[in-house]
Amino acid sequence: MTTLPLWLIPVIPLAGFAVNALLGTKLGKSFVSAVGVGAAGLATVVAYSRLIPFVSGSHATVIEPVTSWIAVGDLSIDIAFRLDPLSALMLSFVTFVAFLIHVYSIGYMRHEATDAGYARFFAYLNLFLFAMLTLVLAESFLLMFVGWEGVGLCSYLLVGYYFDKEYAAAAGRKAFVVNRIGDYGFLLGMFGIFAVFGSLNYSEVFRKAAEQPAQFSPALAAICLCLFVGAVGKSAQVPLYVWLPDAMAGPTPVSALIHAATMVTAGVYMVARCNVLFRLAPAMMVVVAVIGCFTALFAGTIAVAQNDLKKVLAYSTISQLGYMFLACGVGAFPVGMFHVMTHACFKACLFLGAGSVMHAMAGDLDIRHMGGLKSKMPITFVTFLIATLAIAGIPPFAGFFSKDAILSSAFATPDVRRVLWFVGLATAGLTAFYMFRIVSLTFLGTFRGSHEQEHHLHESPSSMTFPLIVLGALSVVVGFVGLPAVFGEHANLIEPFLAPIVAPIAGHEAAVEALPHATEWLLMAVSVAVASSGLYLAYRWYAKEGGRVPARIAAAFPGAYALVADKFRIDELYGVLFVRPFNRLARVLWKVVDVLIIDGVLNAAAFLVELCGDFLRFLQTGNVRNYALTFFLGLIALLVFVVGAF
Amino acid sequence: MIGNVPLSDVLLVSGALFAIGIAGALLRRNAIQIFLAIELMMNAANLALLGYGAAMGTREGQILVFFVIAIAAAEASVGLAIFVALFRHTETIDVNKINLLKW
Repeated sequence: MTTLPLWLIPVIPLAGFAVNALLGTKLGKSFVSAVGVGAAGLATVVAYSRLIPFVSGSHATVIEPVTSWIAVGDLSIDIAFRLDPLSALMLSFVTFVAFLIHVYSIGYMRHEATDAGYARFFAYLNLFLFAMLTLVLAESFLLMFVGWEGVGLCSYLLVGYYFDKEYAAAAGRKAFVVNRIGDYGFLLGMFGIFAVFGSLNYSEVFRKAAEQPAQFSPALAAICLCLFVGAVGKSAQVPLYVWLPDAMAGPTPVSALIHAATMVTAGVYMVARCNVLFRLAPAMMVVVAVIGCFTALFAGTIAVAQNDLKKVLAYSTISQLGYMFLACGVGAFPVGMFHVMTHACFKACLFLGAGSVMHAMAGDLDIRHMGGLKSKMPITFVTFLIATLAIAGIPPFAGFFSKDAILSSAFATPDVRRVLWFVGLATAGLTAFYMFRIVSLTFLGTFRGSHEQEHHLHESPSSMTFPLIVLGALSVVVGFVGLPAVFGEHANLIEPFLAPIVAPIAGHEAAVEALPHATEWLLMAVSVAVASSGLYLAYRWYAKEGGRVPARIAAAFPGAYALVADKFRIDELYGVLFVRPFNRLARVLWKVVDVLIIDGVLNAAAFLVELCGDFLRFLQTGNVRNYALTFFLGLIALLVFVVGAF
Repeated sequence: MIGNVPLSDVLLVSGALFAIGIAGALLRRNAIQIFLAIELMMNAANLALLGYGAAMGTREGQILVFFVIAIAAAEASVGLAIFVALFRHTETIDVNKINLLKW
């Protein structure tokens, strides 16, 4: 079999986008679904036709230049795609999860949209896939930036998919603007890299950095900080996380694909991609770890007090992304990527499950109106439960292995940084609690909604349950590629696979040493204990006792509860600090600078010209003889001039 | 030198014709008279061309004059047609009264 070129993988969804965007409205829903899902499926097949030989083969990095893109002076950038363990890992789940979500969307969107809206949805989804695959497979920072901006654009378009609704349009705008702040950081980081290394190709930059660490490391702190600002924006970390909860205004498949499984992990991917640079800037590693750790706890706390099913999942995504950055920050990049992969499976499953519930509840997402859905939608319940156990970190589900690996990497860090482990552990308990809280309130107990809603309850069509089942199954098994070291020397498949991308740098060996097995067992036991107690507490409080205890706690500390339920009023804080001053500035620029100064100058110039014209027009007498006289006088003047010149 | 007339005389006649032409074009009010005056100026120029051509012993002056005469014939027909049309429209060819094209 001939190997298919890598560029085909992003180009197939691009073609799907073009067809659906240009012809979709005329072709009807079934054709649009065929093109959209077909493009995603074909891209997946092509991706796996490359992945399988790669994984079973030598894992040697493949770089496939397509064409020269920019060649100016010293700057020479090719459009080139790269297949190495890191991009292979991303590729494996991005294509597959995206395909499943495309399938799911057929069922989910059927009732929702007009033909034009349906075509638009699938066109955007395919465009997103193109951008994401470009981001993942790019071989240079610049091409990655194309994908980076592309996914941001698609996120904006899809969050604002219901653009006739004010809140959705506003959420899209917010997502875009907050992301722009991060993108600006990425851009600055990229400029810095070019200034220091004179290249934007990964291979060249990382080779130079690893060969002469001493020469480059001073500048790297600033570069890494800028790059990390980009990652913070894209991956919704404190302080730029505010857009992600609002992004839930988009259709649920979008939340699953873009705002849980793939796009938001781009920041983690980028940090892992630049691990050579980050490892040479130890201070920045600490920043990454602390931000990640703080975000994990912070978002987890907010999630406890939310009543919107998708909002809880959004905050849990932010929290899990925090874990991934924590892993990267303590130097365990493969572990972070492992969590990216497991998280993609179970979080996509959770969101699709939430979409299924939303479908049954006729659009209502308030968990206070739900309850007892277990018997009405068994498939959704079982898959949602599995994914919940996975995210809570209960063995043997996928999240347990990745989360445990993160926590033990955090524990293995020296000195005061062990605090990170403790915070991570607390967050794990919190995660188990709030996740089981929503399971209890949604699926257990008795139904609390209206009669019409109860009548409407039904299991979703098979195009929606099929992806749920696949993702649920993956949430069980995918963790086994990363078994902890205590299960044997070669039990962990993912770390040796990713090892080439974190090749040691001379003089910068990681200070982390392997933990003794006894400690690792103990850590596992502790994290399982914390997770299960969180789970049990939520089950007892919400499923058994009907929420009396939490209500009492909330009543006892009304101020604190209101603060958490209002998401710590961070949006309001940003409103006072940034949005309102900017609005005021914009008003000044509009009313004073634009209307008064710019328009004033223009109008004054026009008035002056008009004034001159008012006088000069009397030269146009309409009398031919006057003109003739003027000719004659001109002739004389010319003659005088010519004769005078002699 | 045309025949035995010196160039300076030719130029004098040409200049005189031109001056008469200008005076006519500026002072007359009848469009046809102005037109004739303009023709006069053109022929002054033709005469100057012939004079210089002869003085320099080349034929270009004469060739150019032929062209000018040919084109002037065409131009005269266009100009007269305009006057006819104008007269049909306004019943006058007094240029002082034809002054619509102004501020």
